[in-house]
Amino acid sequence: MTTTTLAVLVPLLPFLGAAAGLLLGRTAPGFVRPLAVLPTLTALVLAAIVAVRQGGDASVTAATELTPTGSIPIELALYIDGFAALVAVVVGLVATCVQIYSTGYLREDPRYPSYAALVSLFTSAMFLVVYSGDLIVLLVGWEVMGICSYFLVGHYWETPEARAASIKAFLVTKLGDVPFLIGLFALATDAGSFRITTVLATVTHGGLDHPTLVALLLLAGVAGKSAQFPLHTWLPDAMAGPTPVSALIHAATMVAAGVYFVARLLPVFEASSAAMVTLAVMAAITMVGSGLAALAQDDIKRVLAYSTIGQLGYMTGALAVGDRGAAVFHLLSHGAFKALLFLAAGVIIHAAGTNSLAAMSRMSHLRDRVPDAYWTMTVALLALAAIPPFSGFFSKESVLGAAEHITAGHTEHAPGAAGWTVLVAGLLTALLTAAYATRLWLLTFHGRGAEAPDHGRQPLTMTVVLWVLAVPSLALGGLAYRTLPDWFDGNDLAPTLTTSVLGTGVALAGGLVTYAAWRHLAGLAARVPLGAVAAHPEGDAGLVEAEAIATHAPAYGDVASAPDPADPGRLLLGPLHRHAAVGFHLDAVYRALFVRPVQAGASLVRFLDREVVDTYVRGAGALPRWLGAAVRRAQTGNVQTYVSALLAGTVVLAVAALLVASGA
Amino acid sequence: MHLAYPAVLSALLFCTGLYGVLARRNAILILMSVELMLNAVNLNLVAFDVWLSRTAEETLHSGQALTLFTIAIAAAEIGIGLAIVLAVHRNRGTADIDRLRDTAEGHESPAADGPDSDTPATGTAAEKAEATA
Amino acid sequence: MTLAQAHHGFLSPTGVEIAFLLVGLVTFGAALVTVTTKQLVHAALWLVVALGGLAVEYLLLTAEFIAWVQVLIYVGSVVVLLLFGLMLTKAPIGHSPDADSGNRWAALTVAVAAAAALVWVVVDAFRATWIDLDGPAAGSTEVTGASLFQNWVLPFEALSVLLLAALVGAIVLSRRAKAESSSPPVNSRAATESSRSVTESSDNSGSPSSASDARKNPAEQEGTR
Repeated sequence: MTTTTLAVLVPLLPFLGAAAGLLLGRTAPGFVRPLAVLPTLTALVLAAIVAVRQGGDASVTAATELTPTGSIPIELALYIDGFAALVAVVVGLVATCVQIYSTGYLREDPRYPSYAALVSLFTSAMFLVVYSGDLIVLLVGWEVMGICSYFLVGHYWETPEARAASIKAFLVTKLGDVPFLIGLFALATDAGSFRITTVLATVTHGGLDHPTLVALLLLAGVAGKSAQFPLHTWLPDAMAGPTPVSALIHAATMVAAGVYFVARLLPVFEASSAAMVTLAVMAAITMVGSGLAALAQDDIKRVLAYSTIGQLGYMTGALAVGDRGAAVFHLLSHGAFKALLFLAAGVIIHAAGTNSLAAMSRMSHLRDRVPDAYWTMTVALLALAAIPPFSGFFSKESVLGAAEHITAGHTEHAPGAAGWTVLVAGLLTALLTAAYATRLWLLTFHGRGAEAPDHGRQPLTMTVVLWVLAVPSLALGGLAYRTLPDWFDGNDLAPTLTTSVLGTGVALAGGLVTYAAWRHLAGLAARVPLGAVAAHPEGDAGLVEAEAIATHAPAYGDVASAPDPADPGRLLLGPLHRHAAVGFHLDAVYRALFVRPVQAGASLVRFLDREVVDTYVRGAGALPRWLGAAVRRAQTGNVQTYVSALLAGTVVLAVAALLVASGA
Repeated sequence: MHLAYPAVLSALLFCTGLYGVLARRNAILILMSVELMLNAVNLNLVAFDVWLSRTAEETLHSGQALTLFTIAIAAAEIGIGLAIVLAVHRNRGTADIDRLRDTAEGHESPAADGPDSDTPATGTAAEKAEATA
Repeated sequence: MTLAQAHHGFLSPTGVEIAFLLVGLVTFGAALVTVTTKQLVHAALWLVVALGGLAVEYLLLTAEFIAWVQVLIYVGSVVVLLLFGLMLTKAPIGHSPDADSGNRWAALTVAVAAAAALVWVVVDAFRATWIDLDGPAAGSTEVTGASLFQNWVLPFEALSVLLLAALVGAIVLSRRAKAESSSPPVNSRAATESSRSVTESSDNSGSPSSASDARKNPAEQEGTR
């Protein structure tokens, strides 16, 4: 088969799997698991073959125009360069792992068939986004991912948190998608085509009329999808969905789609220095803010969610300094270790019966209950904290190195201000990342107090994939940083000495400070009892997690934080902790700015509809109603009355006819 | 004899029957009034037949034949009508035509209409009669 | 005809006309009493007078066969049937003030208006038309029979089918449904059995009402009489 055929099959197989799963889900439950895992696995294999065949050479492009669609043609186009090939492999890997993991995680869930089908559909849409060479086809995949995210976040729709979170995720990302759509149209109007290759060629020849406007409009959509400030608020709440969904959609793939999109169209953004500075500022605020917020969260998945936002900030930072190689490198390694972190967190939540770090810090021997999760999560946290030689170190250093490259005066791709912003924020975030990674590790696995409950071994499907993902987390960076430039633009991704020393130094400092704070507070934890665990520890992991999410707010007073004085984050953040725990009040600001006015407008419209429009409607209906009431009185049911009226009419007619006939 | 005499008598009898149909309450009295109207028509038929049989060359005596038919049909009608009235009376306990108001607007269940009605009546009288049969 | 018009004025009635007028007045009066009397059984009896008067009118019009048929069927069976109907529906004996419905004034208006219109038209149209009653009788049994079985055979036979259908229909209507017959108390069925003789005795009226007779408790019939 040609590479093109294989590439077409990659998005198609999960789509067919999803359709078959939705159709057969009720009638043939036995087919659901194979239908969920096998197409995704095959797609992974095919994506790997495509990547090998593409091999970093000239991009594979193919296009067919099904039908004329108006002034600007929309084509079914493939555009597979090194970025697309490698991102597709990571997407396939994470999706396969998540599908296998879900068979264990949700094994008793009655809604598993629709869940698996939606995950497959999502995977297919992500492949479409990755491989598509046409912006409108890309948009289709983009929106399908959005709706799958909505459904999957709301998987536990019995809990109010999940319902609210799914609607919030949908609305906030749509808020970015509307400008994104307008930006796509503006871009295509300037370029005369939706084909990415044509657009890029136009940009190279300086054919864009409004580069800043287009870039800023597109950035809105990217910020929504990739959870960048100020549209990031949906991502922490989206943790109300099942953990495998968080791992696949809200850590490894969908949120990376925005970054990937910017990487594809980077020349469009580079055409506007204002856009690059905006991108850099956005990335910096996102990185630092999310690092602070992650340090204050109590829910283990919310910590990881803020961490995801921060790492995505690194990627947009790399893009802001014009190095898409570094951005996609970090995307790849982050996809692996963040998926691993989430999947391991799912195992831990199942074992501990709670998602609260405060409760886990009061459980001893949790690491003995879940040794697989302990070791793999340690690897992933080290990768997250960018400790050499884990993969996160190399990708993060390539980002910092690119920023440093700009600050050194090589400003042909990006303005110097962007370089400085990204570099400073990146180093600060490295400190924070190490701090919250250490806090997470210490609170989860080194708790003191009652022994963690023993629910037996975790299902094999859930633990094996952890080790599968631990391999790239451990080794991807070190093995790949020399070969990856061949696939990408050719920029050197090797860590430079200055940033390596600086970055690793602040990371170690952050970790040590957190450790010291934890030691300092060690005695306090035993004195303040705290914690609530799920009522059905023997249920499957999905049930335990749903209960943990639903009980967090009643047990600790808030979905995000817990009143735990033994929390090292509380000591480190000091007065900032209160604000960081609620995401720096951004939700409250949005509530005041958007929700309240919309609600006020809705009640105004409601008033106008009920009181004004309805009055006219009722007024218009009154006359016919009165007439009807008058006529209704004639309907007495008395046959004699009817016959009387009938005969009276007959007599009148007969007399009238006689008078006319006789000429009177 | 002037044709006007039987014709006027027939018209007056017809209108008397008409009044009875419209004004009487008991269904059997209404049937009697219907008989009066039918007889008025019969008188008309006979009178005009006699008149025409004298003036026309050929006659089929259609008036008298039709009168005979009318009488036969009236007998059948009275039989069926009485059967219907009896069925209504059995179901509703009444033969009063102005109490059978099931088709009225805003009509409530007529179960309370007759104290000795042995089935809850829902339809019109005719429907009820059919249901009973 | 034009000559006849000149001869026969309204102010010089013949004997037949006077007889017709007197009998017609009696008939009309009886009919009026039938539709106005408060005593239901009396209404049926006055109907006999009206129908008998009409039979006399038929005789005066030389339609003798029709007249005897009128007496036989109307006076003989229809009125008897109506009386049975009154008894079976437990019509009150004696003065019943609610014999007329509330629709009476509307009915009176309609009837008077219709009568005025009809009489006006009839008088206007047939004021000068004369029936020659001399010569052979127009409605003797021979003449009627000849025309009936020469020209009206097919309708006559169709009429017999109609009578059969009416007979069957009346029986079906007056029968109690099978399902219902199990629900009434036992004594009512016993009463039905015991009234078999009444049913058979009234069978000679040759009408479908015989079937409905069986429905009623004999005690009630006795009381009605």
